[in-house]
Formats: sequence, C-alpha cells, structure tokens
Amino acid sequence: MGKETTYETVIGLEVHAQLLIRSKIFCGCSTQFGADPNTQTCPVCLGLPGALPVLNRKAVEYAIRMALAVHCQVHTRSIFARKNYFYPDLPKGYQISQYEEPLAENGQVIIMPEEGKRKTIRIKRIHLEEDAGKSVHAEEYVTENESFIDLNRCGVPLIEIVSEPDMRSPFEAYLYLTKLRQLLRWLNICDGNMDEGSLRCDANISHRIQGSRQLGVKTELKNMNSFRGVEKALQFEVERQRKVLESGGKIEQETLLWDEKKGIAVPMREKEEAHDYRYFPDPDLIPLTLDRKWIDTILQSQPEMIEPRKERWMRDYGLPEYDCSVLTEDREIADYFETVVEKVRDPKQASNWVMGEVLRILKEEKIKIGQLKISPIQLVEIIKMVDDGRITRAAGKRVFNEVVLSSLEPRQIVEKLGLVQVSDREEIERIVLDVIQHHPNEVEKYRNGGERLFGFFVGQIMKATQGKADPKLVNEILREKLVGQKNPC
Amino acid sequence: MRIQKEDVEKIAKLAKLQFSEDEIEKFRGHLEEILTYVNKLNELNTDGVEPTYYVQHAGDVMREDRVKPSLPREEALKNAPAQDKGFFRVPKVIDQT
Repeated sequence: MGKETTYETVIGLEVHAQLLIRSKIFCGCSTQFGADPNTQTCPVCLGLPGALPVLNRKAVEYAIRMALAVHCQVHTRSIFARKNYFYPDLPKGYQISQYEEPLAENGQVIIMPEEGKRKTIRIKRIHLEEDAGKSVHAEEYVTENESFIDLNRCGVPLIEIVSEPDMRSPFEAYLYLTKLRQLLRWLNICDGNMDEGSLRCDANISHRIQGSRQLGVKTELKNMNSFRGVEKALQFEVERQRKVLESGGKIEQETLLWDEKKGIAVPMREKEEAHDYRYFPDPDLIPLTLDRKWIDTILQSQPEMIEPRKERWMRDYGLPEYDCSVLTEDREIADYFETVVEKVRDPKQASNWVMGEVLRILKEEKIKIGQLKISPIQLVEIIKMVDDGRITRAAGKRVFNEVVLSSLEPRQIVEKLGLVQVSDREEIERIVLDVIQHHPNEVEKYRNGGERLFGFFVGQIMKATQGKADPKLVNEILREKLVGQKNPC
Repeated sequence: MRIQKEDVEKIAKLAKLQFSEDEIEKFRGHLEEILTYVNKLNELNTDGVEPTYYVQHAGDVMREDRVKPSLPREEALKNAPAQDKGFFRVPKVIDQT
C-alpha cells in the first residue's frame, strides 16, 4: 500500500429560525410562546376544509432582511409549495414551504476559524415556511400507546437558511451557526433561543478523500438543541464516519437523532417512502411577487450591520479589532457602547468600562443590557469623574456597583461615600510616611532589592485612604520617600 | 401512457390507503385514462412558454401582522375523536422528528 488515505470532513447546515412577529405566517393566530395548549388555532392553521391562507407581510419583510444581511439575491418572484407527509402534528397533511423558486439565493457569511483567518461560507438559499405543531412527550401526559398534540405552533413563521457544504469541521459549523444567530438577533427578527426551539439546526455530514471534488455519502443529523450540542453531535458523527471509512467500510445514507444526555447519535427508524414529499405549487397561494422598490426600502432601513460598524469604530475611535468584535456581539450592547463612547474623551476607556464592568454585571446577574440598572449616561458620568481626577479608577468601579445596587446617581454616591480623590500632596506624604514607619521590615527588604514590594506599599496606602488616593501622586511620593530614606544619614 | 400496478401501490401507500387487487386494477385503469387524456397537451409546442401554475394575477395579496382572535379551545377540539387536558389525543408517535 502507498501512503495512507486522508479524509476531508464536509458539513452543510439547514437552520430554521422562528421570526419575531405577532401573528402566524398564514393566519391571524398569535405566535406567543407558552400559551395553554390549543388556544392559538383557527380553521386555517388547523387545516379545516375551505380555509384559505393569507401571507403575513412582516414575515416576508423579515425574511428579506436576513437575505440582504447575508448578501443573497432576493427574487421578485417566488412560489409556495406543499411538502406532503403524514404526521399527527401536521393537520393539513402538508407543510407550506418553498421549493423550486425560493425567496432568496446565493448569499454568504464570513467566519473566523483562526485569528486573522477569514473563511467564506456560502448560503444556497433562504425560504419561508410554516412550523408544525408539537407532540408532547412529558411523562404526565404520555400513556403507553398515545401521544398528546398541541397545535399552537402550527403556522408559526419560519425561515430556513440552507448553507452550501462549505464547512470542514464541527468547529466551523459551530462558528457559522453562532454567526447566523448573531445576525438574526442583530436584525431583531429572531430571538435565537435554541433551547426554546426558536433556532433549530440540522446538519449534513460526509467525508471524501482529500483532494477529491466529489461529495461522499452523507448522513443527516437532527435533534441538536444547543450550540455546544451541535458541535458535540457533529464531532461524534465525524468520528464515527472516519472510523467506518478507515476500516474500509461504507457510510449508509441515513438520518440520525442526537441524544444529548447519552452523547450519542442513533439512527432514526423510518420508512423509505418518508422522503417522498411530492412537492407541488400550493394552489391556495399565488406566486409571491415583490416590488423592487419595497426591497430597496427594506435595504435602506437595515440597521448598520456588524462588519461596517466594527470597521467604523476601528477607524474613527482607533479601537482594537478585539474590542470591536466583543462589543458587536449583541446590537443592544453595541448601541449602549456607542452612546458612551460618543461622550467621553478616550474611546479606549469607554470600551474598557463596557467590556469590563458592564459585561461582567450582565454575566453575573444573567440579565440583558435592557435590564441593566445603569444607563449609558450614568456610566459616562463615572468615566468623566475618573478622567477629571475627581475620583480614582478603583473608586469609579465602586460607584458603578453602587449605582447598580442603589439606583442613586453617581454624583450622589461619590458624596455619600466620600470618594472624592485625595490629591493633596501633603496629605498623601503624611500617609506614605506613616505606612513606611509601620513596616520597617518591608522597607528593609525593599532596600535590599525587593522591588516587588513596591506594590505592597501602594496597597497599604490605598487601604488607608479607602482607594481614594491619586495613584500617580502615590507612586511618585512613595518612590521618593523609599529612595530618600535609603541613606538617612 | 402506461401505469403499472406498482405505481398505484406506491401512491396508495403514500396516501395511507389500502386497496384490494380488484381496486388496484380499477384505479390503474382510471389513472391511465386520466394521464392519457392530459397527455394530449404534449402535442402542443410550448417552447418559450412560462409554466402556468396559477390563472389569477392578483399582485400583492399580503396581510398586515395583526393578531386576530383564535377559536375557543372547545371549538378547536370539537371534531377530535379523542382529547384530554386540552390536547388532541392520537395514537403513539414513535419518531420524535
């Protein structure tokens, strides 16, 4: 045998995103999550005879928003089709989707698998469709030979985003999915919650001999309901396929269900005919014809997108790319930061405060920025007080926390806690000398080359002044006194 | 246009219908007749003609995103052969797709 065959992993994703609109895609029933079972249905979404679907304009608008954000071509004509299959949560016996002529095609997103390395993932198509109902598997409801069905979700608007098989590892798939979520949330058209099912992902995985252009036999992986779950499930399936291929076996085309708890993917039992969906144009819905002007209006009203915003911040504020990436992960955070940075002298200070204190509080309290009890204006006030030397940076952090806790104004807190910075040279000298006198051993060590002890003295002085001493003055005076006392005679 | 027995069986299976041998033969004949009839259209030259899925040309027929009252649950469940705790009750679903 010659050299060993190496295989290349090929992954494509089909992502379903639930659109954040009030009513269903083809009827006026509410899309509110968590309602009592079967309280949000009507003849249209129950598939009762004679009921006719009417398309929700907002669903189309949101689908176009996403399509434009990923640089798809939006077609002025697209067609709704019936996808036929039998399942208890699908009362009509078909799902209204788009097949031959989807709303949008040929887009792309950029991911960054390694620092500084950009990779394009092509998007094949984006189309509109309706969701199906829910089979309830909770123990309290399920008996041995029965299932319970809630049809509230029937007709909830979805977009399906289909990628080209451009991902080469589970990690790239994870990055792509995260990127889509970031975009959907940025556009405010989907909340991106995988655990509530408003973002769902199926994956196609195959392997081919390195260098080959032909795709290998693929398996389809379903039932992954978290971002890390997607990566883990893909890792599992990639490993499994590699083992089969490396031991000379063949991959069977099949659908696998990911079992999160057990950490394995198991083949789904299904009949061969299950995939014969017999798509055909839905006679109840005429072709969707879009006015070019409307698409342009939507394009004009898109928010400033992630990449342009990052680039603008790097250019206008001279911020590092890292800061800009962190601050644009979420649009609300980006907006918060923008309000702050416009009003302070040093942009880097603004980014440090938002990335440091603001993101820390959000993480600790598990809250969204909208629930944060400190407004951008209040943060600006704190940053300015630090900037003007009125309070120290350490005191600033304390004020920040107090504003969050007490909802008092920063200025009131500074007064209440007496945090005004001590920048009186004589007073600091007095404290420095006092600290030096109380620590003769440390002074001795410092003089004998214990440079690192400098920090210890600073700490003691800050403790004595409750963090209020001007750090610059402290450093200056302390160095002077420690050196000055080196040869007291 | 020739329709095989297997074609009828496949269509029946997809529609979850069961037929006797006689019925299958009867439907085979029906389907064949229908397709032969429709096949007459193939005699026309349709080069360069857009396929017609629909005969109406209504233009913009979308609705605004407004919530309308849904059916009361009792109404929604009224025709269900079986129901419990506000749910439709159906024979056990095996695959959790």
